[in-house]
Amino acid sequence: MRESPSNNANVVAGCLRSWNANAVAEVIEFRGETTIVVPRELLRAAAEHCRGDAKLRYNLLSDATCVDRYPGEPRFELNYHLVSIPRKEKVRLRVWLAGDDPVVDSLVPVWPGANWLEREIFDLFGIRFNGHPDLRRILLPDAWEGHPLRRDYPVEGYRDVPNTGELFRKSSTP
Amino acid sequence: MTTVETAVGTAKTMVLNMGPQHPSTHGVLRILLELDGETVVKAVPDLGYLHTGIEKSCEDKTYSQAITLTDRMDYLNPLGNNLVYCLAVEKLLGLEVPKRAQYIRVMMVELQRISSHLVWLGTHAIDLGAMSVFLYCFREREEILKIFELFAGQRMMTSYIRIGGLALDPPAGWRQAVERFLKMMPSRVDEYETLLTENRIWIGRTKGVGYISAEDAIALSMTGPTLRAAGVAYDNRKVFPYSSYEEFDFSVPTRTESDCYARYLIRVAEMRESLKIIRQAFDKISNEGPIKAEAPGIIPPQREKMKTEMEALIYHFKIFTEGFSPAPGEIFVTVESPRGELGCFIASDGSPKPLRVHFRGPSYINLQALPKLIEGQLISDVIACIGTIDIVLGEVDR
Repeated sequence: MRESPSNNANVVAGCLRSWNANAVAEVIEFRGETTIVVPRELLRAAAEHCRGDAKLRYNLLSDATCVDRYPGEPRFELNYHLVSIPRKEKVRLRVWLAGDDPVVDSLVPVWPGANWLEREIFDLFGIRFNGHPDLRRILLPDAWEGHPLRRDYPVEGYRDVPNTGELFRKSSTP
Repeated sequence: MTTVETAVGTAKTMVLNMGPQHPSTHGVLRILLELDGETVVKAVPDLGYLHTGIEKSCEDKTYSQAITLTDRMDYLNPLGNNLVYCLAVEKLLGLEVPKRAQYIRVMMVELQRISSHLVWLGTHAIDLGAMSVFLYCFREREEILKIFELFAGQRMMTSYIRIGGLALDPPAGWRQAVERFLKMMPSRVDEYETLLTENRIWIGRTKGVGYISAEDAIALSMTGPTLRAAGVAYDNRKVFPYSSYEEFDFSVPTRTESDCYARYLIRVAEMRESLKIIRQAFDKISNEGPIKAEAPGIIPPQREKMKTEMEALIYHFKIFTEGFSPAPGEIFVTVESPRGELGCFIASDGSPKPLRVHFRGPSYINLQALPKLIEGQLISDVIACIGTIDIVLGEVDR
């Protein structure tokens, strides 16, 4: 059963379409939450539009996260949750990324708060963000192998000793 | 582990390693500080020491099993974590929770907010040299934990809020216990204020320290008391009400100074507002009524029915062996935790286990602003600034 788009969904989609006819690939409404699917190459411009447009004013980036649809393709689904404090509205921007080319423009130039959120996605999913000022691992050690939140990464890790990268492996060999 | 490019160069400045084992970080946080004399030139937080992969573990559990993991993220706000997770799953399922359960939830999370603010106040004060406040705060926190023990049988990792309602009916004698607390607490909050609000040392250590403008705070995605101290009245309980918060009468304290002292005043004022909400919830909670939604196959049946009805027994077996399967879709729910906007994102693929669970921890995101708060300040203010953000490392690293 498909839900009909809410008022706010129409406002956001309308605004983005009037700026660029290709900006909205799909509008999804699920349980009262609006998702706007944006083509990958337009993400940063669309985000800037959401923040700057006087009718939208999404000034707070609440959250950014990724879903791995492995073995489906396109594999990665990036979700940005935006909040407009003055308008009291929420919306979700979504971008699909292919498994063999998980690269997207960083949103740090639009919302500086995206910095650690994108680092976390880079760390745990291995998605690279173009134009990110400081793209390093954040939660795991720098020498960690793989990206644990990918669906093809086993819950218990790859080996029976903890995967701690170079740091511990050297000392554990006789 | 982390290599840092220094801002000024090696000739004038030195790099000081603070943490990961440092009493004022309230957990395991490491900060690399580049100092020019006593002034902080650059600060680089280094996290992950408490990373336990909770989000990954959630993917390997059924929806109900994952509740116990949420307790262990923000260990000063376990009921709030339970709440946001359960609200997300309920929204995914389209479940309606009975009003009585909603009011009890509100009462419990507001008690939790007070207890969390008490830990914050006590530890923040002890960091800045005021020893006795800590002892007072923990005295009252103990009373709150006793109430939790009464309700849930557990003091901290309660897992009291469950999908579709609550784990247990309120116990006999709960009204007396909460009533006693409500009578006692306002004068105790006054006590903390007499110790600190006009204390010259306290003012000297906190006033004008750790300033951030409202624009910067929003741009850095800060929420909670830190944002409200900058003059932005953004509170999820008011803006996006959940669990019947729209029926409660309370105000959202804001200030404009945006320094450590203003954040202290905001949190004290919030404790008083929480007491108002608890009082209203206390009056709204009826003595009789359901505490769980009516949803066979999702909510475990009553014990009595299991012994008399075949369907109830089958559902019970299926819930605990296989779980339940919500419709495919994505949900993002936010609540106001003591630290700010706590969010839970769940993606379902229609199987009994979530495809992805993600928590938007307010500590994690607020901590991002730490360099902004301390760069250009004195090294002694670093402690005040870490304390004022009110981070819980369990939530930062998850």
